[in-house]
Amino acid sequence: MSLKAEDVLYPTETGLYCAPGDFFIDPMRPVPRALVTHGHADHARPDHGAVMATRQTLEIMAIRYGADFTRQRQIADGATRIGGVTVSFHPAGHVLGSAQILIVPDNGPRIVVSGDYCRVPNPVCAPFEPVACDVFVTEATFGLPVFRHPEPLAETGRLIASMAEFPDRPHIVGAYALGKAQRVIALARAVGHDRPIAIHGALKRLCDYHIEQGIDLGELVSASDPGEAQLVLAPPSAFASPWVQRFRDPVLSYASGWMTVRARARQRGIELPLILSDHVDWPSLTATIRELGPQEVWITHGTEDGLMRWCELQGIASRPLRLVGYEDEPE
Amino acid sequence: MKAFARLLERLAFTAGRNAKLTILSHYFAATPDPDRGWALAALTGTLDLRQVSPSLLRRLAGERVDAQLFALSYDFVGDLAETIALIWPETASNAPQVTVSQAVTLLRETGKLALPAAIAATLDRMTPPERLAFLKLGTGNLRVGVSARLAQVALAQGSQRRVEDIEEIWHGLAPPYMPLFAWLAGGEKPEAASAAPFRPVMLSTPVTPDDLPPLDPADYLAEWKWDGIRVQAVSEGGLRRLYSRTGDDIGAAFPDLIEAMDFEGAVDGELLIRRDADVAPFADLQKRLGRKVVSKAMLQSHPATLRLYDILTWQGQDLRPLALADRRARLESVNFASPRIDLSPLLPFATWDDLARLRAAPPAAVIEGVMIKRRTSPYVAGRPRGPWFKWKRDPMVVDAVLLYAQSGHGKRSGFYSDFTFGLWDGADLVPVGKAYFGFTDEELVELDRFVRKNTTQRFGPVRQLAPLLVVEVAFEGLNASPRHRSGLAMRFPRISRIRWDKPAPEADQLATLRAML
Repeated sequence: MSLKAEDVLYPTETGLYCAPGDFFIDPMRPVPRALVTHGHADHARPDHGAVMATRQTLEIMAIRYGADFTRQRQIADGATRIGGVTVSFHPAGHVLGSAQILIVPDNGPRIVVSGDYCRVPNPVCAPFEPVACDVFVTEATFGLPVFRHPEPLAETGRLIASMAEFPDRPHIVGAYALGKAQRVIALARAVGHDRPIAIHGALKRLCDYHIEQGIDLGELVSASDPGEAQLVLAPPSAFASPWVQRFRDPVLSYASGWMTVRARARQRGIELPLILSDHVDWPSLTATIRELGPQEVWITHGTEDGLMRWCELQGIASRPLRLVGYEDEPE
Repeated sequence: MKAFARLLERLAFTAGRNAKLTILSHYFAATPDPDRGWALAALTGTLDLRQVSPSLLRRLAGERVDAQLFALSYDFVGDLAETIALIWPETASNAPQVTVSQAVTLLRETGKLALPAAIAATLDRMTPPERLAFLKLGTGNLRVGVSARLAQVALAQGSQRRVEDIEEIWHGLAPPYMPLFAWLAGGEKPEAASAAPFRPVMLSTPVTPDDLPPLDPADYLAEWKWDGIRVQAVSEGGLRRLYSRTGDDIGAAFPDLIEAMDFEGAVDGELLIRRDADVAPFADLQKRLGRKVVSKAMLQSHPATLRLYDILTWQGQDLRPLALADRRARLESVNFASPRIDLSPLLPFATWDDLARLRAAPPAAVIEGVMIKRRTSPYVAGRPRGPWFKWKRDPMVVDAVLLYAQSGHGKRSGFYSDFTFGLWDGADLVPVGKAYFGFTDEELVELDRFVRKNTTQRFGPVRQLAPLLVVEVAFEGLNASPRHRSGLAMRFPRISRIRWDKPAPEADQLATLRAML
């Protein structure tokens, strides 16, 4: 007898649970066995019994939580048998090490849990790999048609243009420590900014890790001693701390998909909003679903109402999982 | 349109005046005619465009986007023009970029019936930021915090011309201002083409009692400083105009006064609401400001009047080079033949102490101090230090408790510099106002530290504070305001002193403030 998708995988309070494999994906609480899509803190949590993830995600977790963040770890490598299912990890294009997880039961539908993902080429991680499936489990962080992220190089060009227009003002870009910060740096390099870039202390270890992984970030200096660096990166939370006071008349910038909406930028007192996201925007989200052609779309979190309406208009079955605990776009 | 869209976006998010000036002057330098002229017109509100209504916009969106997706999106974004700019489906169009001139021409000249289709076709050729700029143009609401004056300063900054010279010819010019830009670049000065032009005004500088003793009182004239609006009334060649001190034409709101301007010249004075001899408080004048149509009842109950203190031109003669005493004599010789127009009386004084006594006991509440003007001063544009002083009455003060704080921008980035303060009403503290300045840079650091140590709750960027710190708030006036919970609105409130020494329970009562009304 063939298994139904909702018997293979279903939401629980702890997170998505795969019954035949007896594991959770990106669980909110410590569990005996977790499969982790990527290293962002709301997806990768410490103190599980066993964690399976890409090598880079495991290393990032070790950097964030210490080497003993889990009792056992297993690097995802090819198709792996867990209980009654076979799982494999495929690049998601979100951050370094990020992966989608394909679950294939012996007798049942192929399910892809995409985690957070992005289709735009990103210099700091491997590109999204489309994986054929019957059920596509997707995020909908930007699940409304107003979200159309502009070309990242063009957005970076706006940052560089502002630095040229205000050569005496430091530009502090708020960017999440894993992924976004390194991407902003790599993009700035790609558009020709070759001067040293200053980074807040909270970004150092993850920047170092990206460099170890062979990603060229150019010359980075500490923001406590920025020298001539005009471009400074910091976690957005630093904007509310006295840390920012050391800079004279800074231009506060923030790199996030939310900057599409002006009110969001205004609430944060941002002078230079940069629309730069590591998530799919509406056109790529809908194009991805069309490309994969799944029988069902399950939506983990975000603005699912918009995506469900779209699926309805397309005649695709959709279902909200309403997983709680994932941030819109974390900081 | 791309550059214009970028300009609007930068201006909308930039709070600092200097940064705004930099952005504007770079834009004017980099943008060709006539686009920069149309942009200048859009920023300074001199464009007369067909108004695009919200209902038209909704209808257009409805033709392109699923209604439910639109509703969800609008809920999320919160602004109609912005939602449409973002949600408008991209079409692979090879049509060339829309220029600002084309967008303006479309909004000026398209007939009502053809407008919806023309707007839709234009949106098809644009990127989201351009669409937003275009729709904001059409809805007449740029909201980027640029006044005509700021734009003129930016124009002056990028050229050899003085801002006063730009102001002088400004009202004779029309969009797209090509002769203006040619002159700024070193070309011929445009003729002040219009009749009844605005003349840039002469402004005063503040003075304190300590500054006065070295000056000889005999060299100065003194008048009351009225709490109205400084205006320039110009009636020349059959045209009558009433200008604010920044050169905005505010005549439409004051037809009663325009009618009374039966003379040939340009005079300088205070716009006041006056009922016979009684000058009404500023709040009464505020009720008549910014109206396009003034009701008969309003004209009856709030009559506009003009109290003059200077004369700039008369019967075709420019009197500005004359000494103030001579101009005053000319002004006194004129019969304005209207009860709406009178002269601001000169104050009799022999010593500065005499003047101090007058200042301390003004005959009306709408007097906010005295003006001191050198008899020999010609009328010069701008704010020269020396010929004219304002000696304001002492501000009103209350001791209030800090309640909320929000961080500032630019030089104040990272510092909590915007404060909401309150007064006691029984056991409660009621917010009565906000203050952003008055403290020194050192005090700002101390206030910031206080905020961080005493935050009880956060609402987004706003911090609620433990009610512990008393500040002395100085302000220039007080109006009744049903929109505020306290029922009161202060004018120009600022933090004049931080009372680290004063316990919060000893701050002032709301009733104390009410009594000042």
